[in-house]
Amino acid sequence: MADSLHIQELEQVVVRFSGDSGDGMQLAGNIFSTVSATVGNSISTFPDYPADIRAPQGSLTGVSGFQVHIGAGRVYTPGDQCDVLVAMNAAAFKTQLRYAKPDATIIIDTDAFGPKDLEKAEFKTPDYIAEMGVDPDRVIACPITTMVKEVLAPPTPPVGGDKGSLQTPPAGGPRGAIDLKTALKCRNMFALGLVCWLFSRDLDVAFNFLREKFAKKPAIAEANIKVIQAGYDYGHNTHSSAMNVYRIESKTKVPGRYMDITGNKATAYGFIAAAEKAGLQLYLGSYPITPATDVLHELSKHKSLGVKTVQCEDEIAGCASAVGASFAGALAVTSTSGPGICLKSEAMNLAVIMELPLVVLDVQRGGPATGLPTKSEQTDLLQVLFGRNGESPMPVIAALSPTDCFDAAYDAAKMALEHMTPVVLLTDAFIANGSGAFKLPNLAEYPAINPPYVPEELKGSWTPYMRAENGTRYWAVPGREGFEHILGGLEKDNRTGAISTNPENHDLMTRLRAEKIAKIQVPDLEVEGDVADADLLIVGFGSTYGHLHAAMDELRNWPTPNPSPREGNSSPLEASGNALPSLGVGQGVGRPYKVALAQFRYLNPLPANTAEVLKRYPKVVVAEQNMGQLAAYLRMKVDGFVPAQFNQVKGQPFVVSELVEAFKKLVK
Amino acid sequence: MESKDYKKGQPRWCPGCGDHFFLASLHKALAEIGVAPKDIAVISGIGCSSRLPHYMATYGMNTIHGRAAAIATGAKVTNPNLDVWQVSGDGDGLAIGGNHFIHANRRNIDLNMILLNNRIYGLTKGQYSPTSPRGFVSKSSPYGTVEDPFRPAELCFGARGHFFARAVATDAPGTIEVLKAAHDHKGASVCEILQNCVIFNNGTHDSVYDKEGRKRNAIYVRHGEKLVFGENSEYGLVQEGFGLKVVEIGKDGYTLDDVLVHDAHCEDNTLQLKLALMGDGDGFPIALGVIRDVPAPTYNDAVTAQIEEVKAAKKYHNFAELLETNDIWEVRE
Repeated sequence: MADSLHIQELEQVVVRFSGDSGDGMQLAGNIFSTVSATVGNSISTFPDYPADIRAPQGSLTGVSGFQVHIGAGRVYTPGDQCDVLVAMNAAAFKTQLRYAKPDATIIIDTDAFGPKDLEKAEFKTPDYIAEMGVDPDRVIACPITTMVKEVLAPPTPPVGGDKGSLQTPPAGGPRGAIDLKTALKCRNMFALGLVCWLFSRDLDVAFNFLREKFAKKPAIAEANIKVIQAGYDYGHNTHSSAMNVYRIESKTKVPGRYMDITGNKATAYGFIAAAEKAGLQLYLGSYPITPATDVLHELSKHKSLGVKTVQCEDEIAGCASAVGASFAGALAVTSTSGPGICLKSEAMNLAVIMELPLVVLDVQRGGPATGLPTKSEQTDLLQVLFGRNGESPMPVIAALSPTDCFDAAYDAAKMALEHMTPVVLLTDAFIANGSGAFKLPNLAEYPAINPPYVPEELKGSWTPYMRAENGTRYWAVPGREGFEHILGGLEKDNRTGAISTNPENHDLMTRLRAEKIAKIQVPDLEVEGDVADADLLIVGFGSTYGHLHAAMDELRNWPTPNPSPREGNSSPLEASGNALPSLGVGQGVGRPYKVALAQFRYLNPLPANTAEVLKRYPKVVVAEQNMGQLAAYLRMKVDGFVPAQFNQVKGQPFVVSELVEAFKKLVK
Repeated sequence: MESKDYKKGQPRWCPGCGDHFFLASLHKALAEIGVAPKDIAVISGIGCSSRLPHYMATYGMNTIHGRAAAIATGAKVTNPNLDVWQVSGDGDGLAIGGNHFIHANRRNIDLNMILLNNRIYGLTKGQYSPTSPRGFVSKSSPYGTVEDPFRPAELCFGARGHFFARAVATDAPGTIEVLKAAHDHKGASVCEILQNCVIFNNGTHDSVYDKEGRKRNAIYVRHGEKLVFGENSEYGLVQEGFGLKVVEIGKDGYTLDDVLVHDAHCEDNTLQLKLALMGDGDGFPIALGVIRDVPAPTYNDAVTAQIEEVKAAKKYHNFAELLETNDIWEVRE
């Protein structure tokens, strides 16, 4: 055990809180990330929760985790493996150890490692630390439950003293109105206190957070606060058995006002912002489905902004009602995941042929069928691009990160409204539930949204499929006199808008619908890293941006100043001999890996420079969380493009070190 | 307004199709109601009868199989001032769209829901529908169906519907009357229109399809009036035990006083359901007119009211103010 306190400066650290689903790990993690963000650290979080609503207490399947990555510089991902693992019970210790670095500090509640707990967690010996092959010096073993009980013990009645006088026990003593059951719910706060001590965090922010969260239950807030303080003091007084106290100073502060936001909340906010900018009512038709439901929850809160949400009878009605809302003049959105997108296809296609604005949010999860409801994949790409009957062109935008969900939702709404088309917004469980520090946007700085309302002077001559210059159909919202018209799922005559089965007309309408989408302007594909001379271009889309960027950074910085233990043994490769000055990374001359990254945010239409970028570099790898859907799509769109592929479908985010290893082999 | 103000195009239904009669009555009813075409949306699914919006000079959508009620829901919730008419056939409304039909009723969205019931799939050329009787022979049931049909009123009531009316397509005054009542009713108003398919199911409603037949085989029900029928109103409905009974007034000791008075506004739908289910070859007349018409809060009004309530209670009313409701920290230079 360490005898002296040693303060170590760190660039970044990953903390994983784990315990039973009901242990409040998410709350502990949220408070820790908020406290860290407040001092200007960059943050990224990732909840990893089981699909079971509440598995048996203490069981291996019931463990949920919440990982927080904080950094002095920018962090792109919630981190591969953690530096500190909090395991609130034996099952968490057993299942979560794989997410910890070999030298990670592990905090456990020894009270939750009794014989029964060990049995439930399928330990074979009473010495669970040895059984897992963990160095006991790395473990802060603390009887958290006992200590929490003590801290929140009801005041003992006075013994002795003024026997004769009538004394009421002091009201609102330490435990006050808190019963034992409630007191035990504070265990997570003790662990949080310990972690805050480890990282020299200011507890005031945590206290304020709790006072606000439990504003209506001040007794609960104060109990939690007492327990955090106790955890912190425990660490401070014993120096615990920890090796280090860490400090993470912020380096890349962008001044401004921030909040912590999950991808789903950012998506909801993006829709609200777009509706306000466009001067339209926001309508959401939805059906609860993991992991998209939080968007419905969030939007249903904001009636004071006039947002209307209808929880429909099924996914079909969610989308169909949104089509109806769009016809009636709303910014219409439908939200779903996985199997839900299959059910929505029919009504999405109706919006295609009626040329009505609609945003379809697909928070991707593991498939096929119900698949892995709480896990993340990028496996719906080809479905949203092509999975409908007939020629059905539809723009697709994929958000890059939890905070980018805001801009992506805004973009999707703007594109739908201005081009009179359904637009698919792809996110996934990883960024939907993960969070980041969100710099409060100023709506005044966002581009205007101008739907192509039919000009009044066309009254009398207007027909439903008359088009503006960019090929977009005009929008005539019911209520306008002189523009009464009918739309529908059957093919219409280009001129009159009447039902038509004329072969030439159908061919023409098909082309007009395709051209309208193809002509939508999207920003060029951006290349980062060794733009001029990369040997390898990494290509991805959407939510893998953080991991791919981190992998690129690591390769460009190779050999890293502080090689992580897993990579400690591999020797840096020979210098390439290329003496070009580095682009502000690495050690200057002789960097062995020249790599660049191009991350697609717009999947349809593709950026105009796509082919040029993909053909610019000697080697390209398309890395995605599916079996090669983006690679197949790009091969179809770019003649002669044959990339290498990195595909993983584990339902978990990429692991940066695995990416780095794979990409290294490609450069060789 | 005149009925021509609501009329557009040349209907393409088969000559003699019941839809022609219904369309004419709808035009007349709308003219009498007087809502401007710009404030009306007629929304259908797919099928012969779902072509109807094409012949309306209003806003309209002829959408996809079965989804009309769901699409109409979104339109009505978005713009409660729109007068929304949702038109479906028995296949569109009760088979592929059955789920939307019951939930629109349960939520009580203020839609005028027209169900044109010809007990057959016409557009796909002659398969049995969810209202075809057991044993019905069709192209897809050459040996007769082996399933029982839905009875639309039962579905509507089972879904807690508050309005149900029935008319025969060829009976213009009867149709116009129920359409006007459906419009006046706030909430989901189901109008079952008995309509003949001359090609694939000719004669399905023969017993009441002409005036003479209705005199013998139908009873017009009106709220507050005695439930009497027959060419000279010589028959009446009386309650017997848990059921209804047809009596001849003046015979077996029954007088007009014994005959039930129709109560369409009664919250308890027991007797209304009995009326609605009469006439399936059971010796009872088929009930026409407004069978149930009970006021209830509508979904769209409740949404509007809740928005006003929350607006008054909450302190944030735009996006910038919404942001301020979060835990915010400031990173300084």
